[in-house]
Amino acid sequence: MLEKNGVPSKEQVISCFPESSILVKPKAIIECYQEIPCNPCETSCPFDAIKIGVDINTRPIVDTSLCTGCGICVTKCPGLAIIVASILNDKAIFKIPYEFLPSPKKDENWNALNREGNIISKGKILSVLDSRKQEKTKLITVEVSKEYLYDFITIGCPDER
Amino acid sequence: MKKTPMLIIGGGPAGLSCAIQAASLGQSVTIVERSHSLGGQLVKQTHKFFGSEKQYASVRGFKIAELLIQEYEKYKDLIEVVLDATVTGLYPDKVCTIVQNGRYYKIKSEVIVVATGASEKFIAFENNDLPGIYGAGAVQTLMNQYGVLPGNKIVMVGSGNIGLIVSYQLMQAGVKVVSVLEAAPLIGGYLVHASKLRRLGVPIHTSKSILKANGSACVESIVIADLDDSWNPIPGTEETVEVDAVCVSVGLSPMHQLLSMVGARILFIPELGGWVPKVSECHETSVDNIFACGDLSGVEEASSAMVEGRLTGLFAARRLLGTIDNDESIHQDLISQLEGLRSGPFGKKTREGLLQMKEEGQC
Ligand SMILES: Cc1cc2nc3c(=O)[nH]c(=O)nc-3n(C[C@H](O)[C@H](O)[C@H](O)COP(=O)(O)OP(=O)(O)OC[C@H]3O[C@@H](n4cnc5c(N)ncnc54)[C@H](O)[C@@H]3O)c2cc1C
Ligand code: SF4
Ligand code: SF4
Repeated sequence: MLEKNGVPSKEQVISCFPESSILVKPKAIIECYQEIPCNPCETSCPFDAIKIGVDINTRPIVDTSLCTGCGICVTKCPGLAIIVASILNDKAIFKIPYEFLPSPKKDENWNALNREGNIISKGKILSVLDSRKQEKTKLITVEVSKEYLYDFITIGCPDER
Repeated sequence: MKKTPMLIIGGGPAGLSCAIQAASLGQSVTIVERSHSLGGQLVKQTHKFFGSEKQYASVRGFKIAELLIQEYEKYKDLIEVVLDATVTGLYPDKVCTIVQNGRYYKIKSEVIVVATGASEKFIAFENNDLPGIYGAGAVQTLMNQYGVLPGNKIVMVGSGNIGLIVSYQLMQAGVKVVSVLEAAPLIGGYLVHASKLRRLGVPIHTSKSILKANGSACVESIVIADLDDSWNPIPGTEETVEVDAVCVSVGLSPMHQLLSMVGARILFIPELGGWVPKVSECHETSVDNIFACGDLSGVEEASSAMVEGRLTGLFAARRLLGTIDNDESIHQDLISQLEGLRSGPFGKKTREGLLQMKEEGQC
């Protein structure tokens, strides 16, 4: 249970995703389940695709028709609660935030982890972005099998386990 | 004796914001800070902060300190900063005694703002004085300010935001975080912080705590156990865990000592962190012209400490300058920022605490 161990249920996770048909294009998925006083996701989005409103405690909502999947909000969110997801053929492609060393490199295969920290498969690193604006939160594009769309959340260094 | 119109004790986010606000209105101030740099707790925070843009959301804590210092530098001719100087006494005639590099002297001021922050609470367990058992603040100072690892294999006691964030920072530094223990039945901090630890494989156990530490020269292992609804250990659930460090993060208590010394009224309000000075809506204590703000007047966040600091800077400057241009619009903006930060479910404790403070009668 999320409030007891930090792991959201599958239903909670799925509730944050739009219909799969929408994910032919990359869209931001926000897993921010609590009302907390925070809104950089909203203010950082150049396309006004995230709505929180005047009360900064309101939970963010993504308007998928406006979201371009650019990933700017992903590195701005202090809770690391945003990823960008898309589906291409039998692959799910994610943009995730990453704040550890060593940094993954393009074309490497890293461990794909689920929300409990278990290894579910390998993930191929498609790109690593680290611009100054990201303030040291890297934006990693990772590809896993489509079956892990609702399971994949982050990567782990393959040498560590 | 040195004299100054406005003295601020503590150069953390609250004190620094207070000075900037007062100086922006034309008031000259002196900040006395006991450490060798300004910024208070912020200088050891390496994570991105919450809040909204006005409180520098999404900026890392130590960067917020840099931004505040840059802002202060704009008013350098109005703000005097005295570093490495600890205020050791505060007297009703508004005289402060200060110890700086072995020198002892006094400053007298018309208006004083106390912004000394809060200190860490600790818990009692057998051998809690063994080397390797730290408070979260010490861990952050060692690791993030001095680049020294506190241990290699650590258990975090407490799942409030500080416990969760420091656990994440420990992992970034390469320390193995074995688990996070929480005595309460639910995680205390923001769930986004909990989830970002959990997905890296760190288990968070609620209704569990530490019973004792073992070791001779330093901690070698600890005994943990499940707790019942009244937080008593359940016999038979004890478990020994090998660690070389333990980090205790079980809350903060406001540093009201200087205000107690000057005879300001101190109230016990658990929702605000324990013993806190009674302050009016203008952040004035029960002693005329002595104000308090930040974690000292209720443990919250840096975001609210900065806004409270600015608000207190406005009130203190108002006292000294009389009328102020745009007073009402500055006031309204700051009040609405504070309301925004406190209006959600996580602000409930603070709202209740502040209500109790208000009901305690006028100062
Ligand atoms: C791990 C951790 C994570 C946090 N994360 C966040 C976050 O994400 N977002 C957020 O908004 N907040 C966060 N906070 C909380 C935030 O740091 C504090 O709420 C904030 O620093 C309080 O500001 P302050 O100015 O009241 O006190 P402090 O920052 O504690 O500053 C008090 C200053 O007073 C000085 N002082 C004390 N006594 C004396 C004396 N006698 N003489 C001279 N100087 C004195 C101290 O040296 C210090 O510099 C976090 C805190 C911690 C520990
Ligand atoms: S991914 Fe880009 S467009 Fe979509 S919500 Fe985030 S910042 Fe906005
Ligand atoms: S920035 Fe992240 S943590 Fe903050 S409200 Fe948006 S999604 Fe939630």
